[in-house]
Amino acid sequence: MRDIRLLDQMFLPGMLIGPFTQANPGLGGVCTFVGEVRYDEGVEALELTHYEPLTLPGMHALADRAFERFTLMGLLMVHRVGQMRPGEPIVCVSAAALHRRDAIDAVDFCMDHLKSAAWFWKREKRGGEWHWIEPREQDHSDLARW
Amino acid sequence: MLGKLADLAQAGTIALPLPLSKPLDWEGLKAALPPALAEALEDPRIRVAINGALLPNKTKLQAGAGDEIALLPPVSGG
Repeated sequence: MRDIRLLDQMFLPGMLIGPFTQANPGLGGVCTFVGEVRYDEGVEALELTHYEPLTLPGMHALADRAFERFTLMGLLMVHRVGQMRPGEPIVCVSAAALHRRDAIDAVDFCMDHLKSAAWFWKREKRGGEWHWIEPREQDHSDLARW
Repeated sequence: MLGKLADLAQAGTIALPLPLSKPLDWEGLKAALPPALAEALEDPRIRVAINGALLPNKTKLQAGAGDEIALLPPVSGG
């Protein structure tokens, strides 16, 4: 079961994970990561922009690589775009597999790539003003793990 | 224009009038854009896509009428 989506409205990860797990009968393990907008000092909102022709196809290509690399039964990859407030979910990746290591590693792999190489641009609002967020060195070293 | 390049352009999209005689190349594109944006495009980390396909080398750009040129700054991650 493969479910790759961009959402422009708030979502509840629990509403996705239950059906995803049900859709992979016989699984041995399911691993889920949910990322939320952090309550950083002074941050009022976060906005993610994407570029339609690249962003979702890029997520599908990442899912293809995860299926090639790990022995998976299913992969759920859902990412928000648009404006979010601290505490709102921004990303949810869930992998189902016969064995735990494939599920855990697939989620880690997808998250490192989503964080550093996916076509998203992020800005945050502080004191009523928007500021673009630059790429971080940490993201590149995370990617080098794979 | 994506990310901070949209701020430099003061717009998300710009329609460019094209010379009818030949395709738009990299120098032609820069000349047609606001100077601050054209200067920012020299950053080697900035990628360019035409109609959703990434160019391996942006300086070899060749665009025609109706093509969508996307100017892509480094991603800040999801």
